[in-house]
Amino acid sequence: MRLLNRTARRVSRHRRSRLAGFVLMLFALLATGTVYSALSPAQAEQATSDAELVAKGRDLFLVGCSYCHGQNGEGQRDQNGQNFGPPLVGVGAAAVDFQVGTGRMPMAQPGQQAPQKEVAYSDEEVAALAAYVASLGVGPAIPSSAQYSLEGMTDEEKQEAIVRGGQIFLANCTACHNFEGSGGAMPRGGHAPKIRGVEPKYIYEAMLTGPQQMPTFSEGTMTPEAKRDVIAYLNSIDENPSYGGFGLGGYGPVAEGMVAWLGGIGALVGFAVWIAAHTTRTTRKTKAAAGEDQA
Amino acid sequence: MSDDTTLEKRHDAASAVVEEPIANPGLPAHVYRPTDIDPAAEKRAERQIAGLFVFAMLCVVGFAVSYFVFDIADNHDTVGGLGASTLALGLTLGGALLAIGIGMIQWARKLMNDHEIVEMRHPGRSSDEDREKVVADVLQGAEDSGIARRPLIRNTLLGALGLVGITPVLALRDLGPLPGDSLYHTPWTEGMRVAVDVLGTPIRPADMEIGSLVNGQPMSLYEENEEGEPLYEGVDLQVAKSKGSVILVKMEPGDIIHGKGRDNWTVDGVLCYSKICTHVGCPISLYERTTHHVLCPCHQSTFDLADSAKVVFGPAARPLPQLPLALDDEGYLIAQSDFIEAVGPSFWERDTLPEDGS
Amino acid sequence: MSGRIDTSKVATSNKTSAATATKPSKVGAAANWADERLGLASAMKKQVRKVFPDHWSFMLGEIALWSFVILLLTGVFLTLWFNPSMGEIEYQGSYDELRGVHMSEAFASTMHISFDVRGGLLMRQMHHWAAMLFIAAMFVHLMRVYFTGAFRKPRELNWVVGCLLLILGMLEGFTGYSLPDDLLSGTGIRAADGFIKSQPVIGTYMSFFLFDGEFPGEAIIPRLYAVHILLIPGILLALVGLHMVLLVYHKHTQWPGPGKTEQNVVGYPLLPIYAAKAGGFFFIVFGVTALMGALVSINPIWKYGPYDPSKVTAGSQPDWYMGWPDGALRIMPGWESHLFTGPGGLPAVTIPWNVLIPIIILPVVMLQVLIALPFIESWITGDKREHHLLQRPRNAPFRTATMVSLMTFIGLLWMAGGNDIIAILFDLSINQITYFNRAAVFVGPAIAFAITYRWCISLQRHDEQKLLHGYETGVIMRSPEGGYSEKHLPLPEAQAYTLTARERDEVYSVESETDANGVVAPGSRVQKVRARLSAAMYANNIQKPTKEQLEEAHHHAEHEHELQAPMEGHPADGHQFDGHRFHTVEDEQLR
Repeated sequence: MRLLNRTARRVSRHRRSRLAGFVLMLFALLATGTVYSALSPAQAEQATSDAELVAKGRDLFLVGCSYCHGQNGEGQRDQNGQNFGPPLVGVGAAAVDFQVGTGRMPMAQPGQQAPQKEVAYSDEEVAALAAYVASLGVGPAIPSSAQYSLEGMTDEEKQEAIVRGGQIFLANCTACHNFEGSGGAMPRGGHAPKIRGVEPKYIYEAMLTGPQQMPTFSEGTMTPEAKRDVIAYLNSIDENPSYGGFGLGGYGPVAEGMVAWLGGIGALVGFAVWIAAHTTRTTRKTKAAAGEDQA
Repeated sequence: MSDDTTLEKRHDAASAVVEEPIANPGLPAHVYRPTDIDPAAEKRAERQIAGLFVFAMLCVVGFAVSYFVFDIADNHDTVGGLGASTLALGLTLGGALLAIGIGMIQWARKLMNDHEIVEMRHPGRSSDEDREKVVADVLQGAEDSGIARRPLIRNTLLGALGLVGITPVLALRDLGPLPGDSLYHTPWTEGMRVAVDVLGTPIRPADMEIGSLVNGQPMSLYEENEEGEPLYEGVDLQVAKSKGSVILVKMEPGDIIHGKGRDNWTVDGVLCYSKICTHVGCPISLYERTTHHVLCPCHQSTFDLADSAKVVFGPAARPLPQLPLALDDEGYLIAQSDFIEAVGPSFWERDTLPEDGS
Repeated sequence: MSGRIDTSKVATSNKTSAATATKPSKVGAAANWADERLGLASAMKKQVRKVFPDHWSFMLGEIALWSFVILLLTGVFLTLWFNPSMGEIEYQGSYDELRGVHMSEAFASTMHISFDVRGGLLMRQMHHWAAMLFIAAMFVHLMRVYFTGAFRKPRELNWVVGCLLLILGMLEGFTGYSLPDDLLSGTGIRAADGFIKSQPVIGTYMSFFLFDGEFPGEAIIPRLYAVHILLIPGILLALVGLHMVLLVYHKHTQWPGPGKTEQNVVGYPLLPIYAAKAGGFFFIVFGVTALMGALVSINPIWKYGPYDPSKVTAGSQPDWYMGWPDGALRIMPGWESHLFTGPGGLPAVTIPWNVLIPIIILPVVMLQVLIALPFIESWITGDKREHHLLQRPRNAPFRTATMVSLMTFIGLLWMAGGNDIIAILFDLSINQITYFNRAAVFVGPAIAFAITYRWCISLQRHDEQKLLHGYETGVIMRSPEGGYSEKHLPLPEAQAYTLTARERDEVYSVESETDANGVVAPGSRVQKVRARLSAAMYANNIQKPTKEQLEEAHHHAEHEHELQAPMEGHPADGHQFDGHRFHTVEDEQLR
């Protein structure tokens, strides 16, 4: 029974004891305090080292990025006037954190699809690059975890946030990224990537900055709360078991059809062959059987 | 050898009665199975089959146990990341059924008398006598009824039967109302604000960045009447969404190629199009910010939003209808009017009604 | 015509001793009671020991039959909780991520079955899997029947019944997967509304009647429910019954072989062997469906959420059997006619060919072609005889190639229907796949036809070679002169007979275009077409050798066999394969 675990889901409606609210409040307070203590010194430090960080970022940028994006992040066009590397003025730290942090940048070659590769820079280097690009022009900053976590909410608020996030997800995201977030095809060989199992920060940054072909979901029209809810929904379905069995990659009816043919019909035809196949025969005959045969 | 001569020869050869090259040797002698002659093998097979049936019984016990042991609903038990109840019930049920099936077939294959037997076929047609009898009987019946002699009765009966056939068709008329001009109208009216789908908030052009996409709805879908009831509820809401859903995109004003007479339909580079595909009506919002193309996930029609949503690829034949935008006093995006054409898939009289309809 | 066989071997029983009367038992008394009222004995006297030939390909239809039974069983279970209403309610069930969302009662009750009824999700998934298997099995069964010529007289009507079962099964599937009212199936109904509206003149009226007003309306789910659980299953049940009755009446076809003729049927009796095998197979199909329901998730509606006309998901596809018309829709160019738009009295009309051709015209034409196949063939061949012995696919190259070509056509459209998934998995462009398929649906079937046709004929040649010169033993002989040759041995008689147990094809030719007075015979143009088709069908076929040819070939071989005589008894003399069984490879000691 080691494999078996009861998930304590659904903390909100039926399983609330009198103590639960109190305990949860304690936890919430504890968590808030921890997060605060973890974050505040970093901010203080940041103020002193900003200039250093930008300088370090510029060094890295000149080596790794300027070939496509220009020496000052002004962008490059090729001889046909096509975008070789887009300008980075005003894309903000969030865009850099997403592109470099997920291994999409630096790209092997310019193209509309930026395939995800191994991350080329360390966390500090990514932060330095982000600080440098942010210094080029005003743009979205890297979201803090407070922006996309449900910490400090009551269970009921969390529940509502998840449900609302699901609806926002279905209205805005599933068209490209599919109902399970397993990705989908886009015109001319492009594709919307799989977004399950991606760090919440990067999901937030993707919505905020619109990497590559993805449209931006700006804070004005899709509020930070809405983005937080989408992330909460994705986390929530990540925690769910696969209720009906193996999920076939979440590709829907095409994968199901393949299983019906290869698995179902394949197995059943195999059984049919077995049923009609002749069983082992023997050349030996018992006396009785031999006599019967002659008769 | 030319084809013709081959053909002729073959034809001749075939028409002549040709002796079969090899005569039918008749059924081969029966060959025995080990279980027929070896009592030990027979016993083994018997035990094997009975074992399968016992296994089936155990599976049913397992099914019953799983039914009560594993929780669903609020405290869903899981096994290795899968729903425990469904998995256990299915595996035990499947195991029981498969064991019964395999056991029965093993019984037939290994132990049942397996001498093939022969049955003769009979031609499908009835004998001539039977046919004659039936024809005679039918003629007699027709004669007795006098159907040939009384054309008045025959014809009126046929007429009545034909007319009765109309009644079910007529009765189906109330399946639904006539289309009227409802396909030409959507909830959009002059001055209606554009709301963000799901959230229901109004939009200022400045809220959007270049490359932004907003899935929008007419604001009336989120409004209430004097009694505090939503204006659209249930089926009305679904119908309204099926026609009123829009996508808003913002692009560099320089990238936009304005359609004829559509120069003032955009506000600050924000364009608004129907979200309903003109092919068969799927909602469509797979937007590529750099190419300004939007793709339909159902049949892959691709539209260029920078150029009046012209079709650039796929089976759709018409551009997405564009919603003319303006700003209200508070700086929020509003519609100048309803769509000037019917949204969604094509239909026969689509080009006819707009003049009288709107 | 095959030679008549000795009918003395015909038995009505495979028992070796006669049945002896026993004392009347309780069972006997009950049987007597029933027979006096129902006349069961007369009705069943020919059925209890009815003979069914045994071959794996004869069980494909059974998969479909048993899936249908499973569908009835699991379907009844689902109706106990399903509520076919589009009334809007707020979900308050066990699935957290949708609690509080407004949805139709149909969706909410499907969620209830999936999350709050023990075994409900299993039954839902089994029902869905069984539906996929039902139609897939019908496809495979149809191909078997066509490839082996089992549709020929007297079975043409049963072919028609089968085709109707296929199309009704597909409609049943469509109405079924639409019922949960989830996002995916709702998108399907939305598209179906587009299909209906595309029809000239009556399109919008039909749409408004079907949906009781504008899409989506409130009526479609209850109406589809009535069609899904009453109307179509009723017709399906009746047609399945008719299919079975005709099967019993015609008796099953059989493969040619020793002892098998057009006049007999050789196999096992219904009771007990066939009953045990068929009954056992039912449990196996049921068991496999249960395992699939347990292990593989299908249509996880909780992830799609309730239908909302403003939402859509990537990978919006129908179930597999609707995939090919969907593929046709995807690769169709955007053609649409706008007539009478200029000034003039006539009202302007729109004809959306981009929808009409792939989804309305094409499936109807395909169904008609399918139904007509047996009748077209019998018209070309002019064959009016009954056929109970099957043909190997290679012995009807034109027919085999026709079906392979049709399969290729459907298969390519099917592929086009999954182009977005193919694009993701194989890193291709949907545009390129679509362009490829636009050409491939025309070129592919032609190539498939040519390859299959040639392939069949070379297999026929191979059979002829085996008959005339024996089979290849794999033993290489060296002649005194130093030449090498492979030793051939004559086929065992049973095998040789089986290869020759087929008819000689007869190419139809027009007797004469004019009669004795020089008047052109009526209908001669049609006759010429028929002759040309007949030639296309048969002229290249390799006919089986005549008795003389066979004897001549064997006479030639005799001399060779004499030379090889010293080889006899050697472990590798080649006889270890031909069933003569002087010895087998295993029996030999290594030397």
